[in-house]
Amino acid sequence: MELVCPAGNLPSLKAAVDNGADAVYIGFRDDTNARHFAGLNFGDKQIQEGLRYARDRQVKVFVAVNTYAQPQGWERWTNAVDRAADLGVDALILADMGVLDYAAERHPELRLHLSVQASATSPAAIRFMHRHFGIRRVVVPRVLSIAQVAQLIKESPVPIEIFGFGSLCVMVEGRCLLSSYATGQSPNTFGACSPAAHVQWSDTPAGQETRLGGILIERRDRNEPAGYPTICKGRYEVEGETRYAIEEPTSLNTLDLLPQIMSAGVAAIKLEGRQRSTRYVSDVTRVWRDAIDSCRRNPAAFKPKTDWMDTLARVSEGTQTTIGPYERTWH
Amino acid sequence: MPTDIHSSIPPHPRLSLGPLLYYWPREQVLDFYAEMIETPVQVIYLGETICSKRRLLRPEDWWDLAERVAASGREPVISTLALIESEGELKTLERQCADRRFLIEANDLAALDFLEGRPFVTGPSINLYNQRTLGFLAARGLKRWVLPVELGRATAIDLMSVRPAGVECEVFAFGRLPLAYSARCFTAYNNGQGKDQCEFRCGEHPDGLLITTQEGQPFLALNGIQTQSAATHSLLASLDDVTALGIDLLRISPQSHDTAAIVRTYAACLSGDLSAANGLTRLRDLAPDGLVDGYWSGAAGIAATAALTGG
Repeated sequence: MELVCPAGNLPSLKAAVDNGADAVYIGFRDDTNARHFAGLNFGDKQIQEGLRYARDRQVKVFVAVNTYAQPQGWERWTNAVDRAADLGVDALILADMGVLDYAAERHPELRLHLSVQASATSPAAIRFMHRHFGIRRVVVPRVLSIAQVAQLIKESPVPIEIFGFGSLCVMVEGRCLLSSYATGQSPNTFGACSPAAHVQWSDTPAGQETRLGGILIERRDRNEPAGYPTICKGRYEVEGETRYAIEEPTSLNTLDLLPQIMSAGVAAIKLEGRQRSTRYVSDVTRVWRDAIDSCRRNPAAFKPKTDWMDTLARVSEGTQTTIGPYERTWH
Repeated sequence: MPTDIHSSIPPHPRLSLGPLLYYWPREQVLDFYAEMIETPVQVIYLGETICSKRRLLRPEDWWDLAERVAASGREPVISTLALIESEGELKTLERQCADRRFLIEANDLAALDFLEGRPFVTGPSINLYNQRTLGFLAARGLKRWVLPVELGRATAIDLMSVRPAGVECEVFAFGRLPLAYSARCFTAYNNGQGKDQCEFRCGEHPDGLLITTQEGQPFLALNGIQTQSAATHSLLASLDDVTALGIDLLRISPQSHDTAAIVRTYAACLSGDLSAANGLTRLRDLAPDGLVDGYWSGAAGIAATAALTGG
């Protein structure tokens, strides 16, 4: 099982490589990828250096071009595909059927992975994308239980990659418009959920407030930690009660499930967090490398070590982690 | 209000009735469609798109309804599930797609696999964002697409200008906006239950469960695994624009009250029998938590033009 780690810049890429990643995924500096944040991502020079660094150490580099192109900006997406092909990256991670169609026709030799943003959750969906675009791997949305993932692997024409750790999307990826409802910009159209320009933090007599596009999505006591300001993890009024109506400010950690993930035949496990620090990338990569190696040596005896869990808890957003949708009781 | 469809020309753009997104009692559903086939809607989408546990109407019941819709001179379209997770859901989808009597609306990529090579519609949860996707799907059999709701007039214009002959564009023109889908049932979750023990609590919320912000602003509505806007999206203030662009169909999304009056208001505004201003005055009373139309102009979906709110 391949360990796929995030990198938002060259130092993070090197940290992922140095700490045991099998592959690193990155994006260009524009809205063609789903971590379109100021100061993040790669220009051609950084990619070339990153590719050299990774290749010298037998680590692969994937490029995500996983947002949805609109007619006005179409060339940015085709240029991103062409650049990735010219740079000789190991795989391109795509979501948009139009962009997939372009890439498959123009660069038939290029290895394509279907991004989580494509929302393919069933053998039929994967079959369709495989038939037309020759995708060679699918990253599945965080909606399936581990039993459903195992079943999907049996029926899918291509290997399956899943998210193992990091920020938890509560909604099926690629079909969540909550961010654009409040701000006009979504992961699909802009490459970011809750873009920073629309977020406002303030200290008020009623508590610390977070607004997105002017809408109050959270008001909390001063001693409560503030997570990344997404609508799905805000606190609202429902039938006269104030609560986390969609999900608590929690993040995903599937380390407990690792033996089941490996025995299900998952081809690759992805760690979320291209927007996080180099320290984060080092820490999570090292823990997951150790855990996978340990589980591979003796799956029956596998138990997450306390120091692994402590390290992961320290870098997690929010105060708690969850196995999330992989466990049926979450649904 | 001029409502007699027998004496008037069908409105252009045509009006469609989107799939019922909520879980209503069976009798209410049947009564609802009996009422709808007396209104000026030309196309009626039928079927469960949100949750496979909702079985008060089975596929056979929806097909029966489709026959009745067809007999009324309207076009029935069978709508399919927006998020496929289980084998059972996939089997039902395959069975629906194997039936050749009616046009089918795909709401998940899985449906495209089954529908390829025959005429189909893509619903708002299929990500058709650009000309190449439009061309690709048209080559597979696409006859009509519903513009994803977060896309506005600028993208609609560009897509309309390159659309293949015979492919129609439909836009979401009235209703709480479908914004997101999840593995989790939020109605059950807010009741302290998991999806597997949901007790069909969504049946208690015929227009979704309202979420307001901590300062009392109506914000979202939870409908099982779907999250909607609390406010009602309406393109009524932009009817001239939509008509001039050549949009083929305007979708009215069902709500538990006054859907027929809403359809008639749109039809009267399209035919010129009612001014947009007067139509909007009526709509404001019929939308539970205000009107919005920001997506159409490329703004936040929750934004509203002055014409819409009367401000």
